[in-house]
Amino acid sequence: MGLSTYLALKEIWRNRGRFLLVALVIALITLLVLFIAALGEGLGTNNRQYVSNLDAQLVVFLDKSDFIITSSRLDQSTLKAVRRLDGIAEAGPISTSSTAILLPDGKVLKVSMLGVESGRPGLPPVIEGRTYQTQLAKEVVIDRNVALRSDIKVGDEITIRSTQGTKDEFFTLKVVGLTEGQAYFFAPTIFVPPSTWERVRPKSEAEASKTIPDINVIAIKLDDPSQVEVMKARINATVSNVQAADIATTINNIPGYSAQQGTVQTQGVFTLLIGVLVIGGFFQIQILQKVPQIGVLKAIGSSNAVVGLAAVIQIMVVTAIGVGIGGLLTYVFSLFFPPTIPLVFNGQASAFAIAALLFIGPAGGLVSVIYAVRIEPLKALRLS
Amino acid sequence: MSTVALEVRNVIKTFSLDGGKINAVDDVSFKVNSGEFVALVGPSGSGKTTMLSILAALLTPTEGQVLIDGQDLSRMSEKKRVVLRREKIGFTFQSNNLIPYLTAKENVEFMLRLNGKADRAGRARTQELLARLGLSDRLHNLPAQMSGGQQQRVAIARALIHNPTVVLADEPTASLDTERAYQVVETFANLIHENQRAGIMVTHDLRMCQYVDRVLMMRDGKLVQVYETKDEIMALANGGVH
Repeated sequence: MGLSTYLALKEIWRNRGRFLLVALVIALITLLVLFIAALGEGLGTNNRQYVSNLDAQLVVFLDKSDFIITSSRLDQSTLKAVRRLDGIAEAGPISTSSTAILLPDGKVLKVSMLGVESGRPGLPPVIEGRTYQTQLAKEVVIDRNVALRSDIKVGDEITIRSTQGTKDEFFTLKVVGLTEGQAYFFAPTIFVPPSTWERVRPKSEAEASKTIPDINVIAIKLDDPSQVEVMKARINATVSNVQAADIATTINNIPGYSAQQGTVQTQGVFTLLIGVLVIGGFFQIQILQKVPQIGVLKAIGSSNAVVGLAAVIQIMVVTAIGVGIGGLLTYVFSLFFPPTIPLVFNGQASAFAIAALLFIGPAGGLVSVIYAVRIEPLKALRLS
Repeated sequence: MSTVALEVRNVIKTFSLDGGKINAVDDVSFKVNSGEFVALVGPSGSGKTTMLSILAALLTPTEGQVLIDGQDLSRMSEKKRVVLRREKIGFTFQSNNLIPYLTAKENVEFMLRLNGKADRAGRARTQELLARLGLSDRLHNLPAQMSGGQQQRVAIARALIHNPTVVLADEPTASLDTERAYQVVETFANLIHENQRAGIMVTHDLRMCQYVDRVLMMRDGKLVQVYETKDEIMALANGGVH
């Protein structure tokens, strides 16, 4: 064991109560940072999951709709025009609305109801059961999250409550399939054929007799997925009154998505900054208390490198213990959270948060390390 | 045959003070042989602590030379002086001597670790030395679990364990009662003599001089008197605190 490691570990072990307290503070910061990261990921996922999982490279919007799905309204002729273009493998209409499923216990489950065509981009892969058979079928494919929150299974019938004009009407649909990972606009999703969607969706009095569904956007699967920019330009130039966007643009323009992610990320950054200050403060106070001791170490022949490295190792060990405890606590707590709380522990985001947390220890303690290295033994021992 | 372990040649240390300059050490020269224990005494402000800091390679002289084992530390880089402190010098301080989170044994062994000599033989020597200093039952005690006298004895063991050329002690009895102070200095002197080290002790307590071979008295930065005979030294020691 190197001299610095020896000093660092001996001090931690012999003052384990004090260092454990600091590690616990770091653990709480870790808990907070990981939960904020998970919350950001969860909220983001709930908002964008359906769009980011689309089996498509482009999304076509109404021109000047600012790439906002709910603001865009397209008609069937636009869908046909898009389908006729060269380079397009598939084009699927997507119609969106919110509705509620009546549950047997009298409660309601709010869901995003998407009208999409079977076999076209827009309908995700069915992992259990089957997709609906006709565009008029009174059938529905549900997201696993709907099943988790309601006990609804493939083969069950569900009742949709929908406001038609001024009255609530009830529609019965048969659950024929299950898909997963399809949350959209903070709600789990159900998929129905476009005509069923038009019939079931909440409507105003003026729209009550409407039978041909409005299309919000069209999901485009390209023959050559690498030609996104070329095809975007072709669609914009060829089809009138539309604007095409890639998936990333579509996600960033989901109402509130960017603002929400920015808020959550800011919270995470500030928590990390607080961590830097807490760790920095603790180690600075500790170094100030140890000035005579460091003076002795230097006077008897310890180099600055030994003293500085011992301080760095100590900070890293305490930070690693704190982050380890925090990670464990986060995992344990996460087991008890209901699926309604949007927490998603994404491996990449968590790994980034942990790396940032491991970095804030040395970053916070940097000032104290520099201070330790600069301590003059003469002054520390009051020999000058 | 004793050899010169430490030689101080015309050392001057000048500090700037209130726009002027003051010689804290003013043209001091002396030699200390291996196996010789020397006391550096003088009133407050006489320059003895500055002299000790120069001998400990913690301060460089403005002029003159300090030779330890023939190496001139006044011309050395900071890096070389760190190595010199580690290998050639043993040091005990007034207080805060020990690393508080290391046991008595670990504190002594730390000097061996610094010098890359913490082997089985080194560890055995640590135990022997601490036993010689009456600390066999305190090997695994932390400094906070020991008395001031015991801590000073551990510091003496640490100062000697790596067989340095020069052993320096800055007021080693400052925080001890009279009885413990006599014990500590007597043990220190015995070990200096037995191990053939050159020992220099800065003290304001002239009674402690009875255990040394020579007394160097400083005043206003100058070496004003040297007491060399036993009679002179005992007369000084019986004179009491400076």
